[in-house]
Order: sequence, then C-alpha cells, then structure tokens
Amino acid sequence: MTITVAGNKKEVADNLTVAQLIADENVETPQYVTVTINDDFVQSGTFEETVLKDGDVVEFLYFMGGGQ
Amino acid sequence: MIKLLKTDYEKIVAHAEKELPNEACGLIGGTINGDSKEIKKVYLLTNIDHSNEHFSLDPKEQLAAIKDMRQNGLVPLGNWHSHPESPSRPSDEDKRLAYDSKASYMILSLMDRQNPVLNSFKITGDTAEKEELVIE
Repeated sequence: MTITVAGNKKEVADNLTVAQLIADENVETPQYVTVTINDDFVQSGTFEETVLKDGDVVEFLYFMGGGQ
Repeated sequence: MIKLLKTDYEKIVAHAEKELPNEACGLIGGTINGDSKEIKKVYLLTNIDHSNEHFSLDPKEQLAAIKDMRQNGLVPLGNWHSHPESPSRPSDEDKRLAYDSKASYMILSLMDRQNPVLNSFKITGDTAEKEELVIE
C-alpha cells in the first residue's frame, strides 16, 4: 500500500503499525514523537495497535519544550 | 552560521514581550546551504505551559507550521523561546529536551527589558555551543 510520510509517498507493507513505521523510519528519540494520521493525533501508548491504511498521510512531530 | 532578518527578529521580540511574564516560543523555517542556514519564516506558537519557567509548543500549531514550511519549500531549522528572567543560554532543561543535534535552538533573554539578547545554539547531549547569528 502507499502512504505519505512527512510529505513523501512511500510503499509499505499492508497492516503496518505506527510502531513499525517509527522503527522503519529510524526516528530519533521516539519517546518524544507525536504522530498524526490524516491530521488526527494518535494517542501515545497506542502505536503498537494502530494500523495504517492505504492512502494515510502520516506526520511525525517532535516534542519541543524547555525552561529557563 | 544562521541568518535572521531584522524584521523577523523584531517579530520575535514583540511576541515575547506580549507574552510576558510567560515564556514565548515558536519555530523557525528556512533553507540550508552547506554550513549556512537562512531563516525565511518565523512562526509564533502558543506556549501550552503558560508558564514563566517552562515552554511546550502547541502540537496542533506545530503541525500547521511544518505543513506551511513544506508548502513554501522551507525546511524546519529549529525553534526559539524566550527567557523572561534569565540569560540567553540553554538551561539544563533546555539541553535535556533538545533532541536534534543539527537543529538551531534560539533563546531570547528579556532579563534586561531595554536590551533583549538573542543567541542561537547547537545542543548535543549536555553540551551547548553558540553558533554565529547574523541579524540583518
């Protein structure tokens, strides 16, 4: 199936989960990653069971914060 | 080296002053040419912590900014935030939460309200290195 990740179309295996995609994409610091699918935020803790569908548009957002 | 337009610098300062006493924050998008980065657009985001000691970018606004950068042919260069009461240097928390060693982390100090100080840093682990910032 074809999905779009960070603006780039790519072929991936059917029934790929968000967790598998994070691993495949070699995401740095996955503990700080928020994922959206078709602009909906995926609840953290559900990456293992969230299955991607053909045509999904996925974005990885990295937590950004700090303090003085 | 990282370049910032004076008008964008003024935009950051104005937003940070408006958000006082809380920290203000945002993203920077632009282009990269070798070791040189040029900021083409500054994004003013909501600090969802609404705190004078911490900041977290609003994820929805972050998503919108990333999409806007992509539509405009820009790449994410890093982020900026203000320190209302402390110097323009990364705190321990800033370093701990800096995940990307290639990103530019800009910090605006408003400690001296009449003389804001903006610096840009590269952060690797617990080491922060100031990078040359050109405002023109």
